[in-house]
Amino acid sequence: MAARRRKPRLGVWKFASCDGCQLTLLDCEDEFLAVAEALDIAYFPEATRAAVKGRYDLSLVEGSITTTHDAQRIQDIRRRSRALITIGACATSGGIQALRNFADVREYASIVYARPDYIHSLATSTPIADHVPVDFELRGCPINKRQLVEVISAFLAGRRPVTPAHSVCIECKLKGNVCVTVAHGTPCLGPVTHAGCGAICPSYDRGCYGCYGPMESPNAPALSAKLGELGMDQRDLTRIYRTFNAGSPAFRKESERNGP
Amino acid sequence: MVRKTIKVNYLARVEGEGAFKVVVRDGVVERAELSIFEPPRFFEAFLRGRAYSEAPDITARICGICPVAYQMSSIHAIEQALGVQVAGPLRDLRRLLYCGEWIESHTLHVYMLHAPDFLGYDGAIDMARDHADAVRRGLALKKAGNEILTLLGGREIHPINVRVGGFYRVPTRRELQPLAEKMKWARDAALETVRWVAGFDFPDYERDYELVALSHPDEYPFNEGRIISNRGLDITADAYHLHFEESHVERSTALHSRLRERGAYLVGPLARFSLNFSRLSPTAQQAAREAGLGQACANPYRSIIVRAVEVLYACDEALRIIDAYQPPDQPAVQIEPRAGVGCAATEAPRGLLYHRYRLEDDGSIAEARIVPPTSQNQASIEADLASFVGQWLDLPDDQLRHRCEQTVRNYDPCISCSTHFLRLELDRG
Repeated sequence: MAARRRKPRLGVWKFASCDGCQLTLLDCEDEFLAVAEALDIAYFPEATRAAVKGRYDLSLVEGSITTTHDAQRIQDIRRRSRALITIGACATSGGIQALRNFADVREYASIVYARPDYIHSLATSTPIADHVPVDFELRGCPINKRQLVEVISAFLAGRRPVTPAHSVCIECKLKGNVCVTVAHGTPCLGPVTHAGCGAICPSYDRGCYGCYGPMESPNAPALSAKLGELGMDQRDLTRIYRTFNAGSPAFRKESERNGP
Repeated sequence: MVRKTIKVNYLARVEGEGAFKVVVRDGVVERAELSIFEPPRFFEAFLRGRAYSEAPDITARICGICPVAYQMSSIHAIEQALGVQVAGPLRDLRRLLYCGEWIESHTLHVYMLHAPDFLGYDGAIDMARDHADAVRRGLALKKAGNEILTLLGGREIHPINVRVGGFYRVPTRRELQPLAEKMKWARDAALETVRWVAGFDFPDYERDYELVALSHPDEYPFNEGRIISNRGLDITADAYHLHFEESHVERSTALHSRLRERGAYLVGPLARFSLNFSRLSPTAQQAAREAGLGQACANPYRSIIVRAVEVLYACDEALRIIDAYQPPDQPAVQIEPRAGVGCAATEAPRGLLYHRYRLEDDGSIAEARIVPPTSQNQASIEADLASFVGQWLDLPDDQLRHRCEQTVRNYDPCISCSTHFLRLELDRG
């Protein structure tokens, strides 16, 4: 009889982040034990103190690079990972902490800390793909658990994950939502935002706030013109593009077009 | 002189990145230090210039495990600055949302992060091999809490339905009903959880803490109440800055908070329970008694029982709210921006979470101050290590290291929050 195949080794890594995206794995209450069966969870400090050194078949990376130490650490993780997948807005676009990219980080440190000289932080918060090649990026602040299960299943099956790159608008249409902008004049980033959440905000009578970042080829200037008609001024427009995916090229460009 | 060094460079089963160091000289613990190396993200800096309405969504991102706590403290502080009162069903729905977060966060800690210490496993995955039914019950109970968050908040992590003044959309009675069925099951599972953890072996250590928690005349505290302690503190959140101070030490990117007059203090389940026992539901009080807890608890290892009791309470409270719910006419109260200062503290699962905002005329944030529970508990965690470790110095290094880790995990420290944590370094001189 053939020997049982070794289970693929999973590593879950954290950089600057809120822990929410890796928590999503623990939030897969119905699937978690099955995932633990299919994969050898070799490094996941949020869940276990057991740590296997060496190489990993799949690394899930949460968080952005904000320190020189982390910039080195990601190089080591990449070298030891067969596949490296980033999970969430911090890892794919720099996260909310990328707001420092538009400001002076020394001033930020002096606002929060009595001794800014104790703080060693880079001037920017950057996505993982700015530092190492990334095999797949899963969007969202936070990521969607069904999409996470899809990404892990696809990895186990050796195929590409199915995570559509169209806009949140399509998800609204699929759900049969009434358009909050057309029907109620509510400003919504749905037309330029990457699908994946299931159009949660419009389903709760709220405009999308772009936490999944830009869709493929968004037309943000056209949306900004519409949002202007709905009463948003340039400062509002700068703010709305400058949140959890402020560092993504499309949102950064549009926020800069509208304000300093 | 006896010399020895043990290090834990990255503490597992806590939320975030931290380490600790214990310094021993000739068999006596000289000091214990927590280091938090979670990279700072500067929330209080980039909140400046944002609209007041953005604070709940932005501050939620401080912590993926307790986003509701950040949303709640921010909205209460901002509502105070704007002179807004939120009462009736909207207030009840906020409590219901907090019930969901307590159930989800406490159950995660009890089953997946803390129980493995008592039963001798590296984590819940190993534990599931021998205790499959318990782990499944834990996952299902956690899921029940998450279902409240999903229904009322739109999703488990970083709910989208919370706003200053109320919600974007409120549920109908009919929409809440399936939750009631789920909560009846969850209440039974929570009671089983209390009985399960009450059977663990607990180190017999107590310390004389200054316990700090919210206290409200009519309810076990979530959103509102005075900040009180077992040593006579009794203030509103407005006076917080007069009694508490934060300091910055080089080893940590999290600030240390102390009482100006008396130093270290403790927030979280032990403090809440000991100061508010009489406001627990009768079922929760009885379960606590049967589990061997008095009306107060000063043994940090028993915090796992207190968390389980609080989960039971949260299930009871959720059921009460769902049963009494009548939808409000409007999902939110009307807001008029104005200049002002507002402070609020709410009870995050890990303890008191204080926010303060100064707003400009147009409602933009001019200044923000956030003091998370783990910053407040750092001094007590260090004091626990310093006072307990001495008794374990004869243990082999790996067991000693494990005991130290467990001692830190008693606090369910949330390091992502406080950095705004853990390596063990044991220096035996």
